[in-house]
Amino acid sequence: MAKIALNVDGKSHTINADPDMPLLYALRDDLGLDNPKFGCGLAQCGACTVIIDGQAVRSCVTPVDSVGKGKVTTLAGIQKNGVPHKVQAAFIAEQVPQCGYCMNGWVMTTVALLEKTPKPTDKQIEDALTGLKCRCATHVSIMRAVKRAAQA
Amino acid sequence: MNQQINRRNFLSATGALTVSVMMPGIAAAAPTAGLAKRPPLDPKKLASYITINANGTATAYFGKMDMGQGTDMGVAQMVAEELDLPVSRVFVEMGDSASSVNQGGASGSTGVSHGGATLRNAAAEARRQLVNMAAQRLNVAADDLTVTDGVISSKTTPTKKVTYGELIGGRWFDSEVEWNGKIGNDLAVKSPAKLKDPKDYKVYGTSPPRRDVAPKILGTGKFVTDIRLPGMLHARMVMPPVAGAEPVSVDESSIKSIPGVKVIWQKAFLGVVAPKEWDAVKASRMLKVTWSETKAPFVEQKNLYDHIRGAKSIKSGGEGPFMKEPAKVDEAFKSAERVIEATYEWPFQSHASMGPACAVVDYKPNGITTLWTGSQKPHFAGDGVAALLDLKPEQVRGIWVPGPGSYGRNDAGDAAAAAAIFSKAVGKPVRFQAMRNEATGWGPKSPASVHTVRAGLDKDGKVVAWHFHSKAFDRLNVSSNESDPSDTLHGQMIGVKPKAQLTYGSPSNSYKFDVRHLSWDVVPPMLESASPLRSSHLRDPLGPEIHFAHESFVDEVAFATNSDPVAFRLNYVSDQRDKDVIDAAAKKAGWQPRTAARKQRDGDIATGQGIAYSTRNGTRVAVIAEVEVDTKTGKVRGKKFTVAHDCGIVINPQLLTQTIEGNVSQALSRAIHEEVKFDTKNVTSVDWETYPILDFTERPMQIDVVLINRQNIPPNGAGEGSMRPIVAAVANAIYDATGIRLRQGPFTPERIKGGAA
Repeated sequence: MAKIALNVDGKSHTINADPDMPLLYALRDDLGLDNPKFGCGLAQCGACTVIIDGQAVRSCVTPVDSVGKGKVTTLAGIQKNGVPHKVQAAFIAEQVPQCGYCMNGWVMTTVALLEKTPKPTDKQIEDALTGLKCRCATHVSIMRAVKRAAQA
Repeated sequence: MNQQINRRNFLSATGALTVSVMMPGIAAAAPTAGLAKRPPLDPKKLASYITINANGTATAYFGKMDMGQGTDMGVAQMVAEELDLPVSRVFVEMGDSASSVNQGGASGSTGVSHGGATLRNAAAEARRQLVNMAAQRLNVAADDLTVTDGVISSKTTPTKKVTYGELIGGRWFDSEVEWNGKIGNDLAVKSPAKLKDPKDYKVYGTSPPRRDVAPKILGTGKFVTDIRLPGMLHARMVMPPVAGAEPVSVDESSIKSIPGVKVIWQKAFLGVVAPKEWDAVKASRMLKVTWSETKAPFVEQKNLYDHIRGAKSIKSGGEGPFMKEPAKVDEAFKSAERVIEATYEWPFQSHASMGPACAVVDYKPNGITTLWTGSQKPHFAGDGVAALLDLKPEQVRGIWVPGPGSYGRNDAGDAAAAAAIFSKAVGKPVRFQAMRNEATGWGPKSPASVHTVRAGLDKDGKVVAWHFHSKAFDRLNVSSNESDPSDTLHGQMIGVKPKAQLTYGSPSNSYKFDVRHLSWDVVPPMLESASPLRSSHLRDPLGPEIHFAHESFVDEVAFATNSDPVAFRLNYVSDQRDKDVIDAAAKKAGWQPRTAARKQRDGDIATGQGIAYSTRNGTRVAVIAEVEVDTKTGKVRGKKFTVAHDCGIVINPQLLTQTIEGNVSQALSRAIHEEVKFDTKNVTSVDWETYPILDFTERPMQIDVVLINRQNIPPNGAGEGSMRPIVAAVANAIYDATGIRLRQGPFTPERIKGGAA
């Protein structure tokens, strides 16, 4: 066990945890931030995605002590002043989710994509989102929403 | 009972008295009709289904749930329509056994057709009651009253008016409906209220958005995985390496470094609980267990279909007039000029929901035990937990909370049992979530099957005999109902004996042949109890595989008789609505008649189109799939799907369209990727690498949906109907593109490259 400092959604926290515990458990179990979801624990689905310093990261395989001074952003942290992020607005407008459990991964990965590539081509969108899983198979709605967000 | 009746009489008498002294112009007085307190849930009581809130909005209590397709919005629209309220003022509270009667949960795409119909009838009765109350209060005849947006007014003296809220807002209806005595999907109620004429519908056919979307995207909603209780412990299972093995000894010292951890071991059930979730995960991995030596239960996967063919039948069944006269079927084939036969094979498939199932149980032997579950059957699952814990059903409250995806009887029903066992063992609330290998590897599977189809043709090529036969594992090795611990993995692990249903199914369509025989045989499970290959319902149970066989064979017969597949279907399909969907899909997709595979090629890429059609409990769907086959890699891309869909009247076109899009894409995943892999010891499909599903880059490039709206036909289910024909349409499109007739799924590169072109 070790004391580990984390900066999440603009707030500083210190937790007492195994250094090798995945960040996902720190966020959910220690900090009560439930938007990153446990999907596989194997970095194969993306449901646990958070953004660390601009990069979409799979928190289920990221040891908590490897985050260091990195600024972690969760789904709860992408709204500004209570206004949904444009990616959230687009996913809502397109009524994307079905069960919705995977949506954290798609929204957060799209946020990271549009930060770097505000006007992505279809190929760039596919390259960014490949590997994420949606078992309800809402892929065509997701594509519509990402394009809508990129135009916003 | 007497007391209840007396109280009701008292209250209604008081209500009448108040109305009689009501002065004109003070209609806004506090409501006094009905009951101050909700009567206990009872399917006979109107208050069990609907209430008018103090602010004049309505809440409907739905004993089913929406699993993410917007069923609750459809139900809200049905209720709003009958109540003459804007849909924005109708709310649906669902899936809590403390607030709704058991309407069967999410089951068989009956949310709208059965559950919605019941709430619609209750809403019509509520409106009738409200109008009668208004007639008394306003001192006018009921048929002089009209309702607009929850305001009841006199047609002849429009200044005489009263709102729903003023009449009974915040109180409860004190009247009964005619209940058919059933619970579950078949529960239905009637009343003397006249339903609105569909020609007057205003809310049907509009597309108000779902209410769960924003919370799911903004991250403000809770999933079942997010339920936390004071003092709650986290639990994980320790599963055997060989299916059927049981722990012989457990070395608890192997996890003594983990604070607060505890081992729970009952027969084959072995798990750990800990205050911290990660500690429970770690402990489940570190715990040293000696497992019993057990015979490897499964055949080698390459022999699966031979095994099914050779296995003894433990139950036979079928449909149609020839079940009693099999000799007539033989005669018809004997008299045929020519007989065509083909066999199709389909693997076990897994729900592989987005997250492993989770449930929280707070066991309180002297109070109300609560189950939070993502299961599709919270009422029944509550009964199951009660049975498992030796409690009475009324001692357990089942609360549905959105879960990590569900497409029938997935692992959620097992998680409820596991959490219950853990919670009772430690006497504390326990949150159990499985790990990925359990979700994919140990969750219930759809049963593997072999389908043999024969057609007898006369000298003109007319079909005179048709026999569709399935031989397969049980459709319900574990029931989808969840009220019985014997139907749960973890119940079986603590020694509850399984009791299989032994049933299968038949194709659903309206083809008319002189002799048409549909039959099936069920073969025994390879492992009797706690099997990772136990079979149950996966979205559109048996539909994709049965219709893969049926609709592929229809194409085979069409080509064998020099017919175009669309024309052949239109010739033999007997129902006009079925013909209409086939026609609509063909027209929209620009179908070009052909009597052989067209094998259109551009370099390595072969392109083809295929049709399939099927019906499902009154919903009919025809689809034309357009695929690209990379002849070098063998990869299939679902390019375009044109779906013509008739489920009766359309309530919410937008949500229906997106439900169909999801069905198409999920079915495409099952068509080209999904096959549960196993060795002789256990299932080896345990994650997304070993059980791949459709990737974003493989999504259909285009899905065109043609909704055939039947204004005067009540709505049928739409959750699964379009899942059914997709696999067959893809197979037929691959044939059109390449001339390769795939009779075994899924349509992987290996099978494409192995096929003879």
